[in-house]
Amino acid sequence: MSLLAQKNPEATAGAHTDSAAAFVPDQSRAERKTSYAVADFPVPGGREEEWRFTPVDRLGGLFSEEGSTEGAVTVETDAPEGVELLELAMDDERVGTAYRPADRAAVTAYAGTERALLVGIPAEAELDAPVFVRVNGVAGRDNAHLVVDAGRHSKATVILEHRGTGEHTAGVEIRVGDGADLTFVTVQEWDDDALHVAQNDALIGRDGKLRHIVVTLGGELVRISTNARYSGPGGSFEGLGVYFADAGQHQEHRLFVDHEAPHCHSNVEYKGALQGETAHTVWVGDVLIRASAEGTDTYELNRNLILDDGARADSIPNLEIETGEIVGAGHASATGRFDDEQLFYLQARGIPEDIARRLVVRGFFASVVARIGVPEVSERLMAAIDTELGGTAAQETATEAAL
Amino acid sequence: MSTLEIRNLQVTVETETGTKEILRGVDLTVKSGETHAIMGPNGSGKSTLAYSIAGHPKYTVTGGTVTLDGEDVLAMKVDERARAGLFLAMQYPVEVPGVTVSNFLRTAKTAIDGEAPKLRTWVKDMKSAMGELRMDPAFAERNVNEGFSGGEKKRHEILQMELLRPKVAILDETDSGLDVDALRVVSEGVNRVKDNTDVGVLLITHYTRILRYIKPDFVHVFVDGKIVEEGGSELADRLEAEGYDRYVGASA
Repeated sequence: MSLLAQKNPEATAGAHTDSAAAFVPDQSRAERKTSYAVADFPVPGGREEEWRFTPVDRLGGLFSEEGSTEGAVTVETDAPEGVELLELAMDDERVGTAYRPADRAAVTAYAGTERALLVGIPAEAELDAPVFVRVNGVAGRDNAHLVVDAGRHSKATVILEHRGTGEHTAGVEIRVGDGADLTFVTVQEWDDDALHVAQNDALIGRDGKLRHIVVTLGGELVRISTNARYSGPGGSFEGLGVYFADAGQHQEHRLFVDHEAPHCHSNVEYKGALQGETAHTVWVGDVLIRASAEGTDTYELNRNLILDDGARADSIPNLEIETGEIVGAGHASATGRFDDEQLFYLQARGIPEDIARRLVVRGFFASVVARIGVPEVSERLMAAIDTELGGTAAQETATEAAL
Repeated sequence: MSTLEIRNLQVTVETETGTKEILRGVDLTVKSGETHAIMGPNGSGKSTLAYSIAGHPKYTVTGGTVTLDGEDVLAMKVDERARAGLFLAMQYPVEVPGVTVSNFLRTAKTAIDGEAPKLRTWVKDMKSAMGELRMDPAFAERNVNEGFSGGEKKRHEILQMELLRPKVAILDETDSGLDVDALRVVSEGVNRVKDNTDVGVLLITHYTRILRYIKPDFVHVFVDGKIVEEGGSELADRLEAEGYDRYVGASA
């Protein structure tokens, strides 16, 4: 399936008569624009391919080019010894090498940021504890840029946490050096009224390995776009996501894995649950295997579990293949309602309804949570999912005992 | 000593063509230690009886009563019925992805007993019950009913019956789809529970085959939503020889 985009409507108008013809497919996902110039991205109206699922009217302020509000956020860092933590000017040579704004929000974020935060993992360092970057939104607009630079043959986990309120645009730039093994986690546990649009760009070196994990639980509107590229052969990208949307929340996760180098691997698994009539989630997974990317092995999967009538999950996998010389390429997407027969089966064994529901939802997420492999994240995540399902502390203890 | 009493039970189900009457006044009493076989042709309402007693939301009780030791079962939620001592071994057990058998069994046992089982004895009980049902220990770490063969699903149902120790167990076509070896293993499991716990059993079946392994004290012939004939185990032998034609013909 190709992507639709608004492109040269006049050129094709003569060939078609219906208005839908004004939108013609991109020849390739590769043609999607990237630029540092704000003017290159007009303010979206909501019909553009990359914005058509997003309630852009709720994002109005984030499309304007403006600086951060004084005191909009507090940022705490916590890192094992040897990790470099630096504030850099945006024109520093270490900023922007692996990052290319790909939409209006990303370009205004970049333009509005004064100083980037750099987390540097020295070459060959093996960290025994995760690096934490804790962002707490206080009020107002914040633009941010984070650079994670994993030196060659290093091994590390970096966890970026978001809490609080406000309106946030952000760029995250991840450089995985040759042979490095990086786990990067971005957790969105915002208050109910927070807006957050972020672009995560990863550049994976020769034989480098990135596990990129997205956990979105809070916020009024959260949109995370993740783009992975490879700068050499043998690289691996594992994109894992877990989201839980309540009434009134919009959670959007977009991925683009651009296979240009040969013999690289990518595997994407996102799972989401939706609760409450107006919950809305969007997952778009684009994979491009360019002609030069021989020996590519890629798979992407999205599953959604709808707990209440009226919630809506959009799920769109796209696979574009320009060479036949690949190991494998596939995708799967499924959205299902909560299964009352599962509930009956568990209840018929004496398990009360609330615990039964929790078992089913935990079970739904189990495969992806098991793959996260960062106890600091998976334990908190499961507790947060229990809270989303309305569990009280007492019930939680009962379930824990039962597990 | 427990007694499950079903009096004049009437049940309907909503279908695309409207409300359909399935059970038309069922009377049945099952006491501890007794084994009752309910036999009948397809579509006679046998499974509806099982699911109605368990409380499946698809079925609407329009009349009659069901009590367990005098308590009103129909007023209880599904999980309350199980905690009161009822157990339904299902004909089509449901897959629960991501939930392991061991987690599921322990959660159920905790719910039924009102407290978590002692870890050491629990693991031992589970292992020995699985061994007797000839289930591989690795089974405990598989997801509930996911990718199970027909025989594995039925063994898993009987494993639950052994571990949860109900007062009255309803086995809904537990024999269907089993080969002779699996049927023997499953039947042995049921007999073991009968010997060890004095459970009352309501065995629902289409075939007489399972009755060679599990001896019923009472046989009830179920046709068109009600019991049309009752007798001892000799009635099963007669059904084996004559089939259901006599009853079906009479009701039509």
